[in-house]
Amino acid sequence: MIYRRFVGFPGLENRNPFSEIENMRRQVERLYQGFLSPYARPAAGVFPLVNLTESKEHYALRAELPGVRSEDLDIQATANTLTLAGERKIPEEKQSAKYHRRERESGRFSRVITLPGEINPDKVEASLVNGVLTVVVPKAEASKPRQITVR
Amino acid sequence: MTDSKEIKVKEKQEATSPAQPTLEGLVFTPEVDIFEDEKAITLLADIPGVSPEMLNIDLRDNVLTISGDVARMDLSGEEWLTQEFETGRYYRQFTLSEVIDQNRIDAKLSQGVLRLSLPKVEKATPRKIAIKAG
Repeated sequence: MIYRRFVGFPGLENRNPFSEIENMRRQVERLYQGFLSPYARPAAGVFPLVNLTESKEHYALRAELPGVRSEDLDIQATANTLTLAGERKIPEEKQSAKYHRRERESGRFSRVITLPGEINPDKVEASLVNGVLTVVVPKAEASKPRQITVR
Repeated sequence: MTDSKEIKVKEKQEATSPAQPTLEGLVFTPEVDIFEDEKAITLLADIPGVSPEMLNIDLRDNVLTISGDVARMDLSGEEWLTQEFETGRYYRQFTLSEVIDQNRIDAKLSQGVLRLSLPKVEKATPRKIAIKAG
C-alpha cells in the first residue's frame, strides 16, 4: 500500500503528511527486528531451544542441555514427532555457601518437535556430549527423496 | 510434576566487549553460579559444546578469565530447517576480591558444566582468636 502512494503523487488526500512517515518508520523498524536478530524470539519459546537440520537420509536435532544427565533425559519418537523431556538438576551446595551470583536455572522441561516428514521411530539415535544433545532421526522410506530416471 | 518448577527458555547472551575480537565468530557470555564459603570460592559455568582441551582458564592480577571454544558442527550434506540458537565462543571475566591459592585451583568439566574451585590463601581464612581472661 505504501508503495502505491510512493509511486503515485504524494497523497493530496493525506490530511496528516507525517502519518505516512510514521507508518514507514514503523515498517522499517519491524523489518529490522526480523532482519538483525532472527533469533531474538525463539520460534517455540519452550526450553530447550533446538536446531534442526535434514539430509537425504535423516533429520538431525541439536539442543544445548548443560548439566543434564542422560538418565534424566527422556526422548520419545512417534511417526513424525519427537518429544524431549527431562529435568535439569542443580545439586544443593553446602549450607555455608554464600551465593554471589545465581544465573543457572534448574527445573523440568518438555518439548514436542514436529518433524516435516515421516520418520522411522525405531532407529532414532541420541548422544549427549559435553552438554550438547544430538538426535539423529532416520526418515521413513516414504519421505526420502527419490531419484527418478527419465526413460 | 509439581515438585519442581519448569525451566524457562532463555536466550544465549551475546558478549559485548569494548575491544574488537580478532577472531571471527560469535561470542557468548556463559551463565554462572558463584558461591563462597570459608575455604574457597566456587564457580559453576554452563558452557555446552566445549571440550576440556578447548577450555582456557586464566588467573592473573585477580582477574579470572574463562574462555572456551566450540567445535564447528559438521553440517556437510545437511540443510537447515530451524535454527533457534547459535554456537560460538564463551568468554567471561571476573575480578576476584580474595587472594586465591593458585596452586590448588581445581577445574572439572562434565556435561558442559565447568566447576572451578578457587581456594583462598590460608591467611585469608578467618581465624578465631581466643581471648584469655587476664
